[in-house]
Amino acid sequence: MQELICILCPKGCHLLIDEKDDYKVTGNACPKGAVYGREELLHPVRVVTSTVRVNSKKHPRLSVKTDTAIPKEDVFKAMALLNGVEVTPPIRLGQVILENILGSGANFVATRTIEA
Amino acid sequence: MGCETYDFDQMYDLIVLGGGPAGLAAALAAHDQGLDKILIVERDKELGGILNQCIHNGFGLHYFKEELTGPEYAERFIDDLKGTGIDVLLDTMVLDLEVTDRCRFLHVMGVERGYQALRAKSVVLAMGCRERTRGAIQIPGSRPAGVFTAGTAQRYVNIEGWMVGKRVIILGSGDIGLIMARRMVLEGAEVLACVEIMPYSGGLNRNIVQCLNDYDIPLLLSHTITNIEGHERVEGVTVQQVDEHLTPIPGTETHYDCDTVLLSVGLIPENEITREADIAIDPRTSGPIVNQHMETSAPGVFACGNVLHVHDLVDFVTEESQAAGIAAANYVQGKRSAEVYRTLELKTDKTVGYTVPQKIELSDDDNLIRVFFRVRQISDKPAYVVVSDGTKEIARFKKPFMFPGEMQHIRLPKVLLDKADGNTLTVFVEEV
Amino acid sequence: MRDVYDVTIIGGGVSGAALAYTLSQYEVKVLWLEKENDLAMGASRANTAIVHGGYDPEPDTLMGKFNTQGAYMCMDLCADLDVEFRKTGSFIIAFNDAEIEHLKLLYKRGLENKVQDMELMDGDRVREREPHLSKEVVAGLWIPHSGVINPWEFTIAMGEVAVRNGVDLKLKKQVTGLTRGDDLWVVDVNDGKETYYSNYVVNAAGVHSDEIHNRVAEPSFKIIPTRGEYYLLDRAIGPSVNAVIFQCPSARGKGVLVSPTVHGNILVGPNSEVIDEKEDTSVTREALESVGEQAQRSVPDLNLRASIRNYAGIRSNSDYGDFFIQVSAPHFVDIAAIKSPGLTCAPPIALYAKDLLEQEGLALQKKTDWKGGRKVVRFKEIPEEERAAFIRENPLYGRVICRCETITEGEIVAAIHREITPVSLDAVKRRAGTGMGRCQGGFCSPRVLEIIARETGLDPTEVMNDAEGSYILTGPTKGEEA
Repeated sequence: MQELICILCPKGCHLLIDEKDDYKVTGNACPKGAVYGREELLHPVRVVTSTVRVNSKKHPRLSVKTDTAIPKEDVFKAMALLNGVEVTPPIRLGQVILENILGSGANFVATRTIEA
Repeated sequence: MGCETYDFDQMYDLIVLGGGPAGLAAALAAHDQGLDKILIVERDKELGGILNQCIHNGFGLHYFKEELTGPEYAERFIDDLKGTGIDVLLDTMVLDLEVTDRCRFLHVMGVERGYQALRAKSVVLAMGCRERTRGAIQIPGSRPAGVFTAGTAQRYVNIEGWMVGKRVIILGSGDIGLIMARRMVLEGAEVLACVEIMPYSGGLNRNIVQCLNDYDIPLLLSHTITNIEGHERVEGVTVQQVDEHLTPIPGTETHYDCDTVLLSVGLIPENEITREADIAIDPRTSGPIVNQHMETSAPGVFACGNVLHVHDLVDFVTEESQAAGIAAANYVQGKRSAEVYRTLELKTDKTVGYTVPQKIELSDDDNLIRVFFRVRQISDKPAYVVVSDGTKEIARFKKPFMFPGEMQHIRLPKVLLDKADGNTLTVFVEEV
Repeated sequence: MRDVYDVTIIGGGVSGAALAYTLSQYEVKVLWLEKENDLAMGASRANTAIVHGGYDPEPDTLMGKFNTQGAYMCMDLCADLDVEFRKTGSFIIAFNDAEIEHLKLLYKRGLENKVQDMELMDGDRVREREPHLSKEVVAGLWIPHSGVINPWEFTIAMGEVAVRNGVDLKLKKQVTGLTRGDDLWVVDVNDGKETYYSNYVVNAAGVHSDEIHNRVAEPSFKIIPTRGEYYLLDRAIGPSVNAVIFQCPSARGKGVLVSPTVHGNILVGPNSEVIDEKEDTSVTREALESVGEQAQRSVPDLNLRASIRNYAGIRSNSDYGDFFIQVSAPHFVDIAAIKSPGLTCAPPIALYAKDLLEQEGLALQKKTDWKGGRKVVRFKEIPEEERAAFIRENPLYGRVICRCETITEGEIVAAIHREITPVSLDAVKRRAGTGMGRCQGGFCSPRVLEIIARETGLDPTEVMNDAEGSYILTGPTKGEEA
C-alpha cells in the first residue's frame, strides 16, 4: 500500500494505492483522484511553470507553462531549454513559445499577454 | 471638509480601490448589475494585482473548473473589462477615503492625471494584503541582506527576472513560501529546509507535496529560526525545535550555512485607508467587519478579497468580490428596502479563529448565507461545526477534516437563523 | 607632484560631518574618509535620535559644556538644512522618593548647564500631558527644549553641504596606516592601496577612534563598545507618548526610553550591553524582552506587538568618562569617545575642534562663496491645494513608490542626485524615508532598486541593501544575457 496526497485540487485528498491490486485507489473524492494515484506511482507528470526573457524594459520576463504535464524526471531538462529563449512583444496568451519539449508533445506557452 | 465645498473632477457610481482579482470581480459584477460609472484605481502599472507574480498553476479549479496560472486567471477578468466602459486608473495611489452620510470621497494621485479629488456613491475596498516581516516576528541575530519576504523574492524572480540567492532556508510554510521553495530550486538554487514553528503547515497539502516533497526539501515542523548570522549578507542561521508553548528547546540547535532566508510568516490585510476612514476593524481578521453583503460599518463602503480576510484560494476571492460588487450596485440603485432588519452577530470561541461575515442581516433577500471561517486547531478526523445562539443549537455541519491553513465555509439557511433567540450566534468546533 | 590636503577627517558619522560642514566654510582643502559606502553607518544611524536637553551631564565635563548649546545649534541647523526635527520636549520620570531626589539633582545640574524652562511636576500633572504613563509615576522633570531628530538625515545633510562646498569625500576608504613624515601625515587606506598626504588629521572614527588614536599616540582611553537594542513601532498604533519619556538615568546610561520619532512612530529602547566585537549589531531575544519589560514600566499599555523593526546600535562608550577631544599629536586632533549626548553635541564639538586646529597652526579664512542651506521636497508636507499643480510641474512626484510612508519617485530621484550618491536601499531610505514603514520595504524595495540602478547607471546586482557586500541580487534568471 502506498499513501499519497492528491495534488490535483486544493482539497488534497489522502489516497491509498494498492500496488498489488492493479494500483487500485481509495480515499479519492473524485474520479480524477483515482487516475492521479495510479499515474503518480507508475509515471508521475508535472506541469512546469517558469519565465522567459522578454525584449522589453517594462516587462523583463514573460510567464510560461507547459500546456500539458510532462514526465516529472524531465522537469529540470525542460527548465534548461528556457535559458536561451528571448521573445519580443506583442505576445498573446497561449502563444507557443517553445514547441514539443523534449519530444514530449507538450509546448511551453505564454500565460499572459504583453502588448507591443 | 464637506462634499459640497469641493470642486470634484469626477463623480462615480462606484470606485473600486485595487485592480487585483477582488477589485476586478467586484467592478465587473457591479457593471453587470447595471452600474454605469465605475472606476478602478490600481497602484501598479497594470491590472491583476498579486496574480501577475503568481506564475504557478492551481488557480481557477473551483470557479472556472480548470487549472490556470495566476496571470491567466487575471487576464480572464481583464479581458472581460473590454467594452464595459469601466474606467481604470493605473499607476495611481489612493491617499485617503472619507465617508460621510451623504458621500464618499477620495484623493488619488498618479503620474498621468496628477492629484485628484474624486467622489463616489459607493466604494469597494479591494486593496489586498501585505506580508508580515522580520520586524513583526522578531527573529534575533544580525541584520544582513538576504532576508526577503517570500512575496518580495517572488516579484524579483518572476517579474523582474533576478535571482535573490543560492542557498535558501524558508521560514514559515505558508503557500507563498512553499511555492517559492520550488521556484528557487527550479531556477538553480538549493533550498535546504522549510522551517515551521507550528506543529502543522500553514499551506495547502498539495503544495507541500509538489513544492517540497518533489524536490526532497525537508519540512521541519515545530522548528524555528533562532538566530540569523552574517554581517553584510546572510551567512547562516540557527534552527531550533520548539516546545508546545513555541519556546525554543535548548540543545536542539542546528546550524545551516545559507545566503538567503525567505519569510512566509503570514499575511496582513492592508487596511490603513480603512482605519483612517474610521471603518470598524475586526482584530481577528485585521479586516473590516462586514455583513453578508460585504458591507462595512460605513454606509456604501464594501470590502472583499484579502483586504477583508486572507484567503488561500483566489476562486473564493472572486465569489466574495462579486457579492460585494452586486451589493454596491444595489446600494447605489436604491434596491435595498429601507426596512431595518434584525442583525445577528457571529462570535467565535477558542476553536475558531474568525468568521466572515461577522454580521448577518436577516433580510428577505437571502435564503442561504455563506459563512467563511478558519479553525484554530487541526481536526484530522471528522468534526462538527456548530452554530448556537447560546441556549440552543441553530445548525450543525460535519466536516471530514479541517486545518487552520485551509479556509472552511458553511451555508446557513435563513429559516434556521430566524429561530435564533437574542442577537448573537457562536460558531465553534465540536469533536465527534 | 603629490596632492596634499590641509585637513583629513577620518570618519563619516555625525561628528565628522559636523566638522566637514564647519571646515567647508573656510578656504582649506579637506579630505574626508569613510570606510563604509555611505555616511552615518555607525552610531549615527542607530541611536535614540534625540536632541537632549542638557540636564544630565556633569557640568565640569565637555559633555556638560556642549550639551545645552548643542541642543540650540541642532535645532537651528535642522531648520537651515531642512532636516526632520520635532521639538517634543522630554520627561524624566520618577517612581519613588529616591528617584524624586535624583530629579532634583538633575534639575540643579540642568541649571548649572544653563538649561532653560525646566519644571518639576507631580505624577498627576505628568499624566495630564502623557495619559499613557503608568499610575506608578510619582513625579517628572519636564525639559521643553529638547526633541527628536532624524539623525542620519542630519549627518547626511551636513555632509551634502560640505561636499557642495568642496570637501573631498571618499567613501569605502578605511584608514589602515597613519604616520608622520616630512611634516605631513601619510594616510594609507585600504591596506596601502592608496595613500593621501595631509597637514592635519582629525580622528572622528567612532567606535574605532581608540584604534586611530593609538596609531599616533600612547593609548589614553579605550572604547567600550556598548550595544543598545530597540523596537520601532508601527505608526498605526497612534501616539502612546507625546514627549520623550526617560526613566531616571543610572551609571550605565540613560535607561530605556519611550519616544516618538520624527516620522510618527514610537521608538523603544535601548538596553546597555558591553560587547566584544565593535560592529556586532545583532539583536537578542533576551535583551529585547528586557527592553520591552522596562519600557512597559513607563507605559504599561505599550503595544510591542506593533513592532515593525528591531535593531541594535553600538555606542562609543569609553573608560575615559567624557568625550576625548584634544590635540594628541602634532597636527592631530581627536574627536573620540563620543557617546551620548554626542549627536546633540556634534555642532559645538566641531567648533571646538576647529579652534584646536587653529591653535595647532591651521590658518582659516572664511570663504566668500560658501553655499549653505538645503531644501528637500517632501510630498506629504505639500499643502493639499498645491499638490495638483506641483505634480503637473513635476510628474515623478505623482508616483508613490513607498506606500506605507507615501514617498514618491520624485523624492527618491532627487535624493539620488544630491551631492552624495546613495548606492544602497538603506542609503535611499536614510535620505528619502522609503521602506521605513510597516512593510519594511517589502513592496518598494524592488522598485527603489530599479530606480537606483536607472539613475546611477549601476547594474542591479551592484545595488546594495546597505553596506558594501550586502548584495541583494545574485544574477539574472534564465542565464546570462545572450
